Amino acid sequence: MTTSPRGVQAPTSRRNGTGALTGLRVFTGRGLKHSFRDPESLLMAILLPVMLMLIFVFIFGESIAAGQGGDRSDYLAYVLPAVALTAAGFGASYTAVVVSNDMTTGFMNRLRTMPFPAVTVLLGHTAASMVRNLLATGVVLAIAFGLGFRTDAGVAELAGAVGLIALWILVITVVFAVLGMVAGSAEAASGYGFVLLFLPYLSSGFAPVETMPGWLQGFAGHQPMTPIIDASRALFSGRTPGDEWWIGLLWCGGFIVLAVWLAAVIFPRKVAR
Amino acid sequence: MAYTDTVRAETPLLEITGLSKSYGRHRVLTDLDLTLPPGIHALLGPNGSGKTTLVNVLSTLIPYDAGEVRVLGLDPRRDRKTLQGLVSLTGQYAAVDEKLSGTENMLMMGRLFGLSRRAAAQRADGLLERFDLTGAAGDRVATYSGGMRRKLDIAAGLIAQPQLIFLDEPTTGLDTRSRQALWDEITALADSGASIFLTTQYLEEADALAERIVVLHDGHIVADGTAAQLKARIGGAAIQLHDDAGHILEEIPTRGSAIDVARHLDAVARARPDVDVTVRRPTLDEVFLELTGEQAGTADQQDQGREGVAA
Repeated sequence: MTTSPRGVQAPTSRRNGTGALTGLRVFTGRGLKHSFRDPESLLMAILLPVMLMLIFVFIFGESIAAGQGGDRSDYLAYVLPAVALTAAGFGASYTAVVVSNDMTTGFMNRLRTMPFPAVTVLLGHTAASMVRNLLATGVVLAIAFGLGFRTDAGVAELAGAVGLIALWILVITVVFAVLGMVAGSAEAASGYGFVLLFLPYLSSGFAPVETMPGWLQGFAGHQPMTPIIDASRALFSGRTPGDEWWIGLLWCGGFIVLAVWLAAVIFPRKVAR
Repeated sequence: MAYTDTVRAETPLLEITGLSKSYGRHRVLTDLDLTLPPGIHALLGPNGSGKTTLVNVLSTLIPYDAGEVRVLGLDPRRDRKTLQGLVSLTGQYAAVDEKLSGTENMLMMGRLFGLSRRAAAQRADGLLERFDLTGAAGDRVATYSGGMRRKLDIAAGLIAQPQLIFLDEPTTGLDTRSRQALWDEITALADSGASIFLTTQYLEEADALAERIVVLHDGHIVADGTAAQLKARIGGAAIQLHDDAGHILEEIPTRGSAIDVARHLDAVARARPDVDVTVRRPTLDEVFLELTGEQAGTADQQDQGREGVAA
């Protein structure tokens, strides 16, 4: 292009600023490009649930199930939601890294001088994380069926189970997004998040809470992942969950409100100097 | 866009009175007064003088604490959204996405500025060509050199045709050739009608690019004027006496007027009729030293600049 004199710009070529919707669309697209162009993280997202599933079913499955009077295929049904959520946790931890990257480079500063809500960049990362991790959940389900998982659950129950998992993915994604915002670097961000990745092991996800030592039972029985795992396990097997489902929903709602509030407080203050 | 036309016709580019900004108890900018017409201007100062803070305030990134600030006639706090549509900031740290290609970066910024897909694509192609990035347009930015990144960064800021472009240390960390190329681009930008407000630690950069140079030191404006005016501030021409090898034997300061120079030359001629003499204007370096009591950076020291650029 020969440089067109700035004075004669076509006035119609630009609206004064864009809405949140454009921002959300642009940044979701960006987040997905990031996810699918990074072969290592994509491989990790698929390989990790496969490995987890195989390890738990074939290595621990028989012995854990034996203690409960079941067999390997019973344990497959038992461990299914926990594997999905563990994999989602790893997948969502990537959000902390990308958010931290955006916050600590000049990227966010430029966005903040542009005529649209800069916070949509966080929503874009969240949306991309949802897509990525629901894919991983799909992989987990495919392996489960491949390994012989069968259920009487109807479409509604399966949708409910996946919906609960999706909600937890959202929870852990927004938590990691907040961690990414407060962390000084991408490395620190993933470091802070590391402890969260062990949460599923201290729940009813891999072994019944009753089999744990007493001092652990208090935590494992009442931490947020246990009702969510119990409820989605029930739904996956076509049973109606008890009180767990609304306790799980309350936990999720609480975490999301808290994380969104934290983000709203922290985000405007985190301007690089 | 009637608004824009009136801006260009009569409104000063910047109108600042009594601007102050602190971070906690640390005062970064103290009671600044500055009025600049449209054009290309440089904010010159050493590290930590408050250059970036001032640019960030003017580009709506951070709010100011006290004073009156008008950028293109608009208050960066009150008229934030309107002003954001008219300015662009290219900060010290590259704002490009490494995992996207050059074109994708440009399109993303264009869409965010509210351009239609088609308009964004057209502008992107034009700017990439102009900054000599067409060949690498499809490559991921991660593969770009420091100079290419900086060019893309600046190009991305131009996609919505801003009235005023803020460039925070645009050439810090670049090698000599990239720096020269960027100077040419910046000059061309200014020629095409955009106003530019750039910060720099390098005197020759301010001297080469800017119509007005504002010297910032420790949060205060210590000088403001054309390069010639700044040089004039520390007196007139000096008479240098040389030996045959060109070494300076003596330097005699003058007030710079013809009569004063002639009077001093007369004295020299009587005392040492055969000595070589030159009459020289003070350099901006000396001005800077005089104004701030500090040695300014030179472009040759740029290797010590920030590491973030090329990384």
